[in-house]
Amino acid sequence: MTGAGPGDRPEGQDAAMPVTEPADGAAVSRMSRRRMLGFGGASLLVGAAAGAGLDRVAVAEEDDDPAAGGAVPFHGAHQAGIATPVQDRLHFAAFDVTTGDRAKLVRMLKDWTAAAAAMTAGRPVGQGATGGPAVAPPDDTGEAEGLPPSRLTLTIGFGPSLFAKDGKDRFGIGARRPPALVDLPHFPGDNLDPARSGGDIAVQACADDPQVAVHAIRNLARIGFGVVAVRWSQLGFGKTSSTTPDAQTPRNLFGFKDGTENIAGTDDALLGKHVWASGGDGSDWMAGGSYLVARRIRMHIETWDRTSLREQEDIFGRSKGEGAPAGARKERDAIVLSRMKPDAHVRLAHPDSNGGTRILRRGYSFTDGSDGLGRLEAGLFFIAFQRDPRTGFIRVQQSLATDAMNEYVQHVGSGVFACPPGVKEGGYWGETLFG
Amino acid sequence: MRPVPVRSAPVRRVPARRASALAIAGVAAVSMSLLSACGGDDGEAEATDSIAVTATDDSCEVAKKDLPAGKTTFKVSNKGSKVNEFEVLKPDGKILAERENIGPGTKVDFVVSLPAGTYKLLCSAGQTGKGPSQDITVSGQANGTGDQRLTKAAADYKTYVIAQVDDTIAKTRLFVDAVKKNDVDKAKELYAPSRVGWEAIEPVAEKFGDIDPKVDAREADLSPAEKKDWSGWHLLEKALWKDGSVKGKEEYGDRLLADLAVLKGRLPGLTLDPVNDMAAGAKELLDEVATGKVTGEEETFSHTDLVDFKANVDGARKVYELLKPVVQEKDAQLAKDLDDNFGAVETLLEKYEKGDGYVSYDKVGKDDRKKLADAVNALGEPLSKLAGAVAK
Repeated sequence: MTGAGPGDRPEGQDAAMPVTEPADGAAVSRMSRRRMLGFGGASLLVGAAAGAGLDRVAVAEEDDDPAAGGAVPFHGAHQAGIATPVQDRLHFAAFDVTTGDRAKLVRMLKDWTAAAAAMTAGRPVGQGATGGPAVAPPDDTGEAEGLPPSRLTLTIGFGPSLFAKDGKDRFGIGARRPPALVDLPHFPGDNLDPARSGGDIAVQACADDPQVAVHAIRNLARIGFGVVAVRWSQLGFGKTSSTTPDAQTPRNLFGFKDGTENIAGTDDALLGKHVWASGGDGSDWMAGGSYLVARRIRMHIETWDRTSLREQEDIFGRSKGEGAPAGARKERDAIVLSRMKPDAHVRLAHPDSNGGTRILRRGYSFTDGSDGLGRLEAGLFFIAFQRDPRTGFIRVQQSLATDAMNEYVQHVGSGVFACPPGVKEGGYWGETLFG
Repeated sequence: MRPVPVRSAPVRRVPARRASALAIAGVAAVSMSLLSACGGDDGEAEATDSIAVTATDDSCEVAKKDLPAGKTTFKVSNKGSKVNEFEVLKPDGKILAERENIGPGTKVDFVVSLPAGTYKLLCSAGQTGKGPSQDITVSGQANGTGDQRLTKAAADYKTYVIAQVDDTIAKTRLFVDAVKKNDVDKAKELYAPSRVGWEAIEPVAEKFGDIDPKVDAREADLSPAEKKDWSGWHLLEKALWKDGSVKGKEEYGDRLLADLAVLKGRLPGLTLDPVNDMAAGAKELLDEVATGKVTGEEETFSHTDLVDFKANVDGARKVYELLKPVVQEKDAQLAKDLDDNFGAVETLLEKYEKGDGYVSYDKVGKDDRKKLADAVNALGEPLSKLAGAVAK
């Protein structure tokens, strides 16, 4: 049996592993993936860290260097994945809760929290992909072994149907549904597919490596079997908004810069005003949380590409190359709305057209192959966080009823979720709601 | 003796479908005594006895040569410069258990359950499978309270397997009678029931790599070259539902009965292991449901998938019920999850009952299939933990 499986690896590769395997097999599985890879400097620490305190060493070291795929802290006052600088990749999943048993749901949320804390730190789930008994399936599915944490963040949200479904309050939380967690109204032009909309619970997984994001959702789905079932999920491959204004503004699939005026993840004043819910907003358990609106927006790529540059720029209200507002030269020059066409997208969506309201956008482009008619099944998976969807997304989307861009987009999926505040050490996702 | 499976088990269950099903039809029956190979599990810590093993690039020192039967922990230190591999070999040279990838300067704990006998311990620097070795002698009788219950469970399961095979043969005989008379309506009626016993114990039948492809191969899984040798239930299924006639197919009926008789003839010599055959087999039954039945691929023409579905679930349930006393003791939460989720699947299936059987699967819509898939996933996940819990 030598020569089967892992033994096939060339010897040199094994020898290059800087990691000594401690006698306690479990310690191996708790080691960060990054350490296993032997990223610069890590190997020196191994000897000292072997056996005890590995986790802390690993996390501290990785926090210092996010560019190298480090870890984003999981615990904190707010959930990560909202104000966090936007990662490159997305796997977003919406789940239906299939049990009516509150205790089971809470147990799963605790299991999820433990798994999420491990994965975001670059550690595998449970005993890892190889650390458990040989006769049992491994706790972790293994495809993220050897990969750095990749700034993975996992952000959970609770949909309206968790509080009441078909008139039933399955988990005794109906009375705690936040007033801000409204069902989104029908917007003109909506063509929503129920199979791509809604969900009792959503998890947003963002990472710089798509394999890390997919691994996270896959493992959470696996842990959830019997309590939740995946209703729909969406992969996103290119961030379309940035929360780091100094960085180059990313472009969406229309080829335009998107999110120039987005809320910066470091702007505590704006975050406090427009993104984080407060206890005084009507739902004490949501204090420090935020509301997530997701929209699967199909873009009619082919017709857009046949549209003249001038018309494209008129539709946006910005230049295609620089991203400058109409009538200005540079991307960050002051916006004068009156210089844009009355139906320009930026003009209609701008805070000045919406009573000063702002939302934090965190969307991704998607392309799910083609649609059977030879067209790209592509678009924007729009994600926005806000303090209150009624004054945030709903307000803005109503303003977009006359948007010239509507000819080239169609909203085909939708969800709204209450994302609770961050998890304290020893706490769990949703503790303020269920605890 | 407490049976614990072997890492990199020398005998693998043959993936009867998908992988060139008929190509392996000539292979003789695989080893029937998986139980006799009691192997290692390097994840466990609660060992009763520990033996130091020091490996270098050209030596393999074992601290103790005479050991009591039962669980033993080998503490293997690699003091050489190459990656080492530690093997426990039976007198005939077959690997009983092994631990690979022991890096230079590292130490691993490797737990193995050894029944009385003589063994060779081998250290292979460079993982070539060759290297210096030491002989050891294991004596006495391993004890453990779980053993008796597992032994009984295995014996009871064997009785069940034989009863299911008898049932499938009796019902297949009736089915084949109708085929031979070219009584299409009657044969259609008897087709699905004839498969129930088989579906309930399919992973056991698949241990004999040659039977499954002969009796249960689906046309879609065959290569063009294999199609001329196609036989079994699904050939007759296609003739009945697609062609509307089984005229000229009489010999396939006889062959099906003959192949099942071969299966029956092998059962008395079969040893079934609670972990590798029972628990792992139950998990495979649910895998069958998840990949073949929920999708409607198994019964492409007859759409009697839900009959197979129920038989797979019943077969898995039987295994679980036999192992339940041990599971309840070792992992009470798992037992509860399994109770809940078996119940949920069974309740859901009841909705599709029709007469003595089930509604045609082509009448089961997308939303209903999603519900069935969710229930199967919900059961399959805890069921995959059964083997680990029993081996604990």
